[in-house]
Amino acid sequence: MFIQFQTHPDAYRHWRLKIESQIARLVLDVKEDEGLYKDYKLKLNSYDLSVDIELADAISRIRFEHPEVKVVVISSGNERAFSAGANIFMLGQSSHEFKVNFCKFTNETRLYMEDASLHSGIHFICAASGTTAGGGYELALACDEIILVDDGNSAVSLPEVPLLGVLPGTGGLTRVVDKRKVRKDLADVFCTISEGIKGERAVSWNLVDTVVSKSHFQDAVEKRAQEVAGQTDKSIKKDIQLAPIICQSSNNLFQYDYVHLEIDIEKRLATITIEAPRTPQPETAEEISQLGSELWALKAFRELDEAILKLRFNFCDIGLIIFKTKGNPAHILDAEKSLLQLTKTSQPFWFAKEVLLHMKRVLKRIDVTSRSLVTLIEPHSAFAGSLAELVFAADRSYMLSHSESFIQLSNISHETLPMGNGLSRLEARYYGAPDMLENVRHRFSEGPIDAKTCQTLGLVTFVLDEIDYEDEVRLFLEERTSLSPDALTGMEANLRFIGPETLETKIFSRLSAWQNWVFIRDNATGPTGALSNYGKPTRPQFDFTRC
Amino acid sequence: MVAFSISHDRIPNNVHLSDDKRLQRALEMWQPNFLNWWLDMGPQGFQEKDIYLRTATSVDSDGWAVFDYVKMPEYRWGIFLSPPEKNRTIPGGDFAGDPVWNEVPGEFRASLRRLIVTQADTEPASVEQQRRLGETCPSLYDLRNLFQVNVEEGRHLWAMVYLLQTYFGRDGREEAEALLNRRSGNIDKPRILSTFNEPIDEWLSLFMFTNFTDRDGKFQLLALAESAFEPLSRTCRFMLTEEAHHLFVGQTGIQRVIRKTAELMNEHDCDDVRPFEAIPLSIIQRYINFWYSSSLDLFGSEQSSNAATYFAAGLKARAHEARDYEDHAAKTGHYDLEVLKNGQLVKESIPLRNAMNEILRDDYIKDNEKGLNKWNIELQKHHIQHTLYLPHRRFNRTVGLYSDHHFDPQGHLISKDQWEESKTHWLPSKEDRAFVKSLMKPVTERGHYASWIAPPLKGINALPNDFEYVKI
Repeated sequence: MFIQFQTHPDAYRHWRLKIESQIARLVLDVKEDEGLYKDYKLKLNSYDLSVDIELADAISRIRFEHPEVKVVVISSGNERAFSAGANIFMLGQSSHEFKVNFCKFTNETRLYMEDASLHSGIHFICAASGTTAGGGYELALACDEIILVDDGNSAVSLPEVPLLGVLPGTGGLTRVVDKRKVRKDLADVFCTISEGIKGERAVSWNLVDTVVSKSHFQDAVEKRAQEVAGQTDKSIKKDIQLAPIICQSSNNLFQYDYVHLEIDIEKRLATITIEAPRTPQPETAEEISQLGSELWALKAFRELDEAILKLRFNFCDIGLIIFKTKGNPAHILDAEKSLLQLTKTSQPFWFAKEVLLHMKRVLKRIDVTSRSLVTLIEPHSAFAGSLAELVFAADRSYMLSHSESFIQLSNISHETLPMGNGLSRLEARYYGAPDMLENVRHRFSEGPIDAKTCQTLGLVTFVLDEIDYEDEVRLFLEERTSLSPDALTGMEANLRFIGPETLETKIFSRLSAWQNWVFIRDNATGPTGALSNYGKPTRPQFDFTRC
Repeated sequence: MVAFSISHDRIPNNVHLSDDKRLQRALEMWQPNFLNWWLDMGPQGFQEKDIYLRTATSVDSDGWAVFDYVKMPEYRWGIFLSPPEKNRTIPGGDFAGDPVWNEVPGEFRASLRRLIVTQADTEPASVEQQRRLGETCPSLYDLRNLFQVNVEEGRHLWAMVYLLQTYFGRDGREEAEALLNRRSGNIDKPRILSTFNEPIDEWLSLFMFTNFTDRDGKFQLLALAESAFEPLSRTCRFMLTEEAHHLFVGQTGIQRVIRKTAELMNEHDCDDVRPFEAIPLSIIQRYINFWYSSSLDLFGSEQSSNAATYFAAGLKARAHEARDYEDHAAKTGHYDLEVLKNGQLVKESIPLRNAMNEILRDDYIKDNEKGLNKWNIELQKHHIQHTLYLPHRRFNRTVGLYSDHHFDPQGHLISKDQWEESKTHWLPSKEDRAFVKSLMKPVTERGHYASWIAPPLKGINALPNDFEYVKI
């Protein structure tokens, strides 16, 4: 099945999105029989990718289409459960690569919630009525506050270790200690009790913020939502609509408006070409609003995002992505300059800010994509501003020495588009070489940087002349795609994320890496493993060797 | 707070309570709270009355049934385990044949605790559900039986609390406290199983409950009696002897209602005995349909991963696992279930271990058929041409495979419209319930019985029917 990522609130099957002035209500009410595949039932508000695609869409639409929203209340339409987490039978029968990609996508969505809270002034309240287990609790953890019903039964839990022999894969372990600051020994207790913690103890351990009796629950949630909505200052009226992303596809060619994705199955590589704006982009807030999702900076990056997701889920044996660009780099720089200026006024223009935040998220998605990334800087390409970030996001870059080959830097590379570790891609590139970074910063407004200077400044990996370029690139691609994909994934993830750790990098490196290791161990997914045997008549048998 | 001291005399037991400092300390904390709960949530209006009750003072044949007048708050709730069987081995699951566990294995602590807490929670719940029934008793004999059931549910709670406090450490003590803090029907702190949150406010429902719902309890106890965890097994075996009395109250209670109806039908040569303040067979049938089907739900889903896990670990097994089965691992067998596929019922084979709930439900159904037979014999004795029936297991279910669809009492798939149209023929209507409630007038004169129920064939402890079972 070819997995699609586009949806719309009218087409949601598992969520209901209701906006009432400044409060958005997202009600999770999973349709058991309408998961992505038909051979499992999504009981007790458990979820699969289809549920999370809708959540990601809803968060994005709240930011762009309902910018007046200050509070998002996430609640459940299921009587018994807030959510029982990722569906275990779905996980049990999924391939390893699907599980990994599924967890990555759900992790990104939870981080987008936190990004919306931090940068867009949206306060997330989780109204946890009933069982809040595993991924259900991890969804709660991604919210700013958790209100749990106190009915003597409802508990929050991370039962993955004791019940399934795997880890909570959506940031649970990290957020319990790093975000909610639960003491580590209490966290140890919590993560090994399959039934979880309820009532006052959940509050005193800081697993939730408040518990409220069932009869007062709705009122308490409502009161809290109104209270927060009254506190924050946000007076935006005009919204924009996110138009559907149009993609023509045939024979492994995916043609969007600005983005072109070409898959070479035989060589196991994909080429993504991004085109600069064809005409000068608008400069004023009004004109920009009028363009809405047709604005290049939004449209091109939405398309790029979709292309990356398509690749991740539908073409798992494509090991390498080549990034190319084309068009007029000046249009990119002008467009981004306007956006940046509009966010630096005393009353920043919300839409410009959201467009730049979206750009940041798409580039982060590329950073954590487990494929070799290579950028080819050729004549008439447009590696300027935000697209120059692709050069720095890539594991390697090859530049053809030519009078028409340039890179152009702008202030957008300074602090608008940080990586998950909080560094800009240039800071990461020149980590430990502040002088070099300073040199490069001086070039931000100096116009096109030619191949020779790029080499001197260390902006690209290799600069090659016309005699060598083609053959060198071919050899590199062939060599790279012949190496062990597992070792490459590990190597790339280590080298890309230099420097400090953040909650985000911990989730993608420490937590996901361990989880992905646990996933392939026999103790989880072997014939006698805990995940394989969950719900079966047989009990797991562990190999007790510690590695 | 009610003052209380722990002594062998006060708490009859066969668990060496006087030597067990830890248990004593735990009970010293718990016991006053239990008594407060009993005064607060136990039978209303009769706490100070002398009631002719049976108390178990030991597990010997002369000690398990000592009869005397007692005020309920002074009832001696004891802690009894059936005597140990020598060299008992684990009856079922992966460890079948190994020696039983006298301590809880760490690996299964959480699961065992959950099983015990879920079972334990039903005991105080039913006392709470029935607390106002004394006001409308049909006779002193029935009133006494109600209280006997109530104090024994209280004792069953004790038995489960003993296990929690002795074997489950601090968590167990907390769970024991929580058992006294939940309240049947309270939206903020409900009892765990939803059936136990419905009030029982008239006696026909009480008899139905003690026949059908307590019979579920019997089979749960039979499954737990086959546990690898020896103290649980021995506790449940002793509880089963008391549970038998509760079933007797239900079984004979319904039978006496039927007898009275049959007598009036013959006397007046009519079917509708409502003018004579008795309950027509049609209403009795609808009550049977309701209580039987809702009790079937208590066994859980037909195909259950929890059931498989519990069986595999030996935490519980099939009823009479050791006695009645040969393949105790049940690892390879299958069970044929009727499932709905595209609007058709088709047989589907599922692994035996996943079908443990259904196997227990099968036993329950067979047991009920015996009871039903006795009621129909009662009708035959009175030459009444009417047969009461048990509806099909698919009828009116809210749990499991069949809960998403509608079935008639014969088990045929019907549409939602057909269901809506016919359900008042099959289940008690508002009018039925109002009528039954209208009959509930207290009868507290010795030897007198309400208009809708016949006297018992014999009294308690070989005493006459007009014995003063409760001193009003």
